[in-house]
Amino acid sequence: MSRRLSLILRGGDSDRVVPSAGLSALLSGISAAMVAFLAVFALALSVSAGQLALRWSDTLSQSATLRLSATPSEIGAQTEAVLEILRATPGVISTRVLEIDEQRALLEPWFGPDLPVESLALPRLIEIIESPQGFDPVGLRLRLATEAPGAVLDDHTRWRRPLVKAASSLRLLAWSAVVLIGGVMAATITLAAGFSLAANAPVIRVLRLVGARDAFIAHAFTRRFTLTTLLGSTVGTLLGMLAFAVLPVAGDAGFLTGLGFSGLGWAMPLAIPPVAAVIAWIATRAAALRALRRES
Amino acid sequence: MVIRLANVSHDYGAKGLLSGIDLHIAPGAFHFLTGPSGAGKSTLLKLCYGELRPRSGQIELFGQPLGGLSRDGLADTRRRIGVIHQDCQFLDHLTLAENVALPFVATGRPVPTRDLIELLGWVGLGQHADALPPTLSGGERQRAALARAVILSPEVVLADEPTGNVDPEMSQRLLSLLVELNRMGTAVMIATHDMALIRNAKAQVSARVLRIVDGTLQQAGADL
Repeated sequence: MSRRLSLILRGGDSDRVVPSAGLSALLSGISAAMVAFLAVFALALSVSAGQLALRWSDTLSQSATLRLSATPSEIGAQTEAVLEILRATPGVISTRVLEIDEQRALLEPWFGPDLPVESLALPRLIEIIESPQGFDPVGLRLRLATEAPGAVLDDHTRWRRPLVKAASSLRLLAWSAVVLIGGVMAATITLAAGFSLAANAPVIRVLRLVGARDAFIAHAFTRRFTLTTLLGSTVGTLLGMLAFAVLPVAGDAGFLTGLGFSGLGWAMPLAIPPVAAVIAWIATRAAALRALRRES
Repeated sequence: MVIRLANVSHDYGAKGLLSGIDLHIAPGAFHFLTGPSGAGKSTLLKLCYGELRPRSGQIELFGQPLGGLSRDGLADTRRRIGVIHQDCQFLDHLTLAENVALPFVATGRPVPTRDLIELLGWVGLGQHADALPPTLSGGERQRAALARAVILSPEVVLADEPTGNVDPEMSQRLLSLLVELNRMGTAVMIATHDMALIRNAKAQVSARVLRIVDGTLQQAGADL
């Protein structure tokens, strides 16, 4: 007898009782590949959004700006007073008064390079570098209000918070997309399994006739669909990763800068095929057992 | 008792098919079930191996009420019943030997290859082990179906028109195999409208002939 026979006779290839060439199996494989391809992009978006939120959160988190407005005769004394207060404030590591050239550079985008900054009554800007624990902004504002009424403390919270919130929302959206893609995969495989079970009703009838239990019949279909999904999603994942690998780097072109994976991050999409296989196993088994109970 | 039906009735929707059926199949018994086409022979066989549930009445398989069997319990019970269909019901993508071995595979047991080869030889298909079912003749397929039905050494074999698609010579050969099986202690029930087959069988074995008339089961007369 042939080698093929000996395989099934040893029981090591029991899923062969289900015909391999089937439209539903082909469709589920292709669907798994496409969904996995999309999952790679959703995952990349999620990772990048997370990194973006972290970057935006960190960039301005340990610094503050103090703006001091006063008449030219008082500005020097008030600056000294403010610097003295800052030096005595716990959590402030260093302070620096911005030079006139730095202020010009800040205004240049709006007023051009020829602005006569020296002749304008511009407020004095003081950069504050905080310790990781930070300072108490409420207490500092109270002290400044009494000793330097023209000083306004900006701890960047109002700039940072909406950016971090936006990035976090984007990350949440991307993870939602990943979950939805998983749901789509489960639904697709459930439909394909249901179609396959209906198409293979004669096979199921024969298996029941010879005394097969539901668990055996369900296992044959489950194994077939799990392997098909694993193969399809592996192909889709690799294609998705290849797409990111060849994607041109955008430099400082904007938000999309850094969309993709780097370093160990490349290992993350490799989790998609096994996760897809687990989803397929659960979805197919549930569909098969449900169909078998319904048909009896 | 291998199979017992007590006051069993069955129908498909509004059309009454079987009513008040009482049937006892004892170990080692040989029964023929006859009647015109559409009389309910196949339905009665399906009731006997639990593919159909009766509308009313009691069915016992090996002393167990059919209604009390779980799904797994019914599957296990079917392993004790060999079934042969007129259309054989093979998996066409598997070879003949794989189809014959299917009851072992489906029950998760390793196939005794030597016994399989011997069985294929017994039904005269030793040379066709690797053939696919669609390439076989009607007689070869029926003999393969018989081999599959008996591979788990069932206590009863139910055959539904096993000679419906074969010539008289092959019909006689199949009957000889079933008679031989019965002599080894297996109960046999054959649903057929082939009177010649019944007459030939009665010459070889003590067989009881039952006829379905207007949905009821009657003992056939001495003319058979």
